[in-house]
Amino acid sequence: MQFGIFSVSDVTRNPVTRYTPSEAERTQAIVQIARRADEVGLDVFAIGEHHNPPFVSSSPTTLLAHVAALTERIILSTAVTLVTTNDPVRLAEDYAMLQHLAGGRLDLMLGRGNTVPVYPWFGKDIRQGVALALENYNLLHRLWREDVVDWEGSFRTGLHGFTAIPRPLDDVPPFVWHGSIRTPEIAEQAAYYGNGYFANHVLAPNFHFRPLVNLYRQRFAHYGHGTPEQAIVGLGGQAFIAQRSQDAVRRFRPYFEGTPLYGTSYRLEDFARDTPMSVGSPQEVIEKTLTFQEGFGDYQRQLWNVDAMGLPLEMVLEQVELLGSEVVPVLRREMEARRAPGVPDGPTHASLVKAKYGDGEPRQPRPNANRGDNLTGTSPYQDSDPDLAAEYPLVA
Amino acid sequence: MAAPADNHDGASAEVAPRRLVVISAGTSEPSTTRMLADRIAQRSLELLREMRVPASAGVVEVAPLAVDVARAMVHGAPSAELQAAVDQIASADAVIASTPVYKAGISGLFKSFVDVLDDDLLIAKPVLLAATAGSSRHALVGDEQMRSLFAYMRALTLPTSVFAAAEDWGASVLGERVRRAATELAVVLEARIEQRIADQAWSGYKHEFAGNATRAEQTAADIDFDSPLMRLASGGRTDA
Repeated sequence: MQFGIFSVSDVTRNPVTRYTPSEAERTQAIVQIARRADEVGLDVFAIGEHHNPPFVSSSPTTLLAHVAALTERIILSTAVTLVTTNDPVRLAEDYAMLQHLAGGRLDLMLGRGNTVPVYPWFGKDIRQGVALALENYNLLHRLWREDVVDWEGSFRTGLHGFTAIPRPLDDVPPFVWHGSIRTPEIAEQAAYYGNGYFANHVLAPNFHFRPLVNLYRQRFAHYGHGTPEQAIVGLGGQAFIAQRSQDAVRRFRPYFEGTPLYGTSYRLEDFARDTPMSVGSPQEVIEKTLTFQEGFGDYQRQLWNVDAMGLPLEMVLEQVELLGSEVVPVLRREMEARRAPGVPDGPTHASLVKAKYGDGEPRQPRPNANRGDNLTGTSPYQDSDPDLAAEYPLVA
Repeated sequence: MAAPADNHDGASAEVAPRRLVVISAGTSEPSTTRMLADRIAQRSLELLREMRVPASAGVVEVAPLAVDVARAMVHGAPSAELQAAVDQIASADAVIASTPVYKAGISGLFKSFVDVLDDDLLIAKPVLLAATAGSSRHALVGDEQMRSLFAYMRALTLPTSVFAAAEDWGASVLGERVRRAATELAVVLEARIEQRIADQAWSGYKHEFAGNATRAEQTAADIDFDSPLMRLASGGRTDA
């Protein structure tokens, strides 16, 4: 089981000190949080993609490439990558390059996003949001698995004899999680491809996402990827931890209450009781997280948000350390002990390479020489099948 | 009155009991808004009894849920109490919606309550509209504002709405209007109009997965995997 943190990269005023970090400060803080997560042994760091203030991460691949260079073991991921407004060809290229630079320590989570104006900003029609997400992933999936792609769709220019470069590291695409909080078609797509399904599991009642997770599990089995229990499920959450329960509540309360949307209309205690938010001692956070496993079944990835609501960097780093030193080691043991036989771990690059090649050598594509026209035709690589045909548009 | 109800599905001579639920947004205790709804509910139950259709009535008082409704609007998550009210309405065979008129409009609390219901919660459900006001000059508020609201919800609003201003409470004409509206309700209920429409056309409306409507899709077994989007989700297959 993988444990980690995810951030939406909000730049939020600290409601206690009334200090608003600059974009420069917040960007460096996110890098520090990711490095600390790596140091304390968390498995995953995921960052969001936004295109408006008060967020700072518009370019997750740039940020994560930097983090990759500064970390050793942690898997880098997104929460989420917008699959609606990004060109799937750019996604294939950017994330494959990042996967190379990160030495395979990369997966990504695809989502539609929830900021309406992003669609018109990028020239897309929000009424087509679900169809965009589905079609774009169908293309992305092929771009990472086929050296040469011919493709026609509804939302972007057709492709003819196109090769997305670089090919994924070891010719094994980054693992993909599909994030959704309400759309059965997204759960279906995750199940069809045998990809992961992630429920953000925040800001909603406890177990609100169970019907979607169960739908994904059933369809995962329907498509022959394994039993429903073997489907690859990830859950979010939000946590604030202190050694003593009452200190956690006392220290977190001003940040919770300083959040306009929730703090003024909910009591912290009610919110923590009725939603997946965990506020308390390490033991309390452990116990609450174990209820997720009871409610959703064995799952592969747990991410917490620990840096929202204007928490200052030093408090966030403390949260990361408490997760790494006190919460996650116990959860690893407990989840492992409770896990049903045959339930897989969360996929890693190493496990995917092993699944594809066994003990054999991974494929390392080497391009053929440029023919002089900057087109590679049907034989982009030295080991390409010479009999493969591509369809080119006819020029009148 | 009418002959004993038969089951339109023809499965059984037993007549399934019908459930009326009053939604009252009155705020005083007792409120005329609730009293008006109770009169309509009572009359409806009497008429159904004459038609030998077993029926019972329940009430959702919105005022005690005011804070829960406001939180759900801001945050999207219903409290246990609000969820219980939603469940009650979802399983109702008919709704009597009763609101006071404030500032020449329906109660904002009433509107907010409807705002937090799933869009498909009331599809084809008979809804009887009732409103109270301090002055008869507000007489059309119910028709103008509640009818359009429940049209959005694709509910089956009944022809007669019942409005009561202060001076109406002593007038026999209110009783006649209540009787007319209750008759419409009883006839529509007896005929199982909601069930018959939903049986034939439910999939034609837009729905929310795992929503509160009694017919909402909850599992894979309920889903149409041959819809255009579902085909796109499973690799873009074009077979039908």
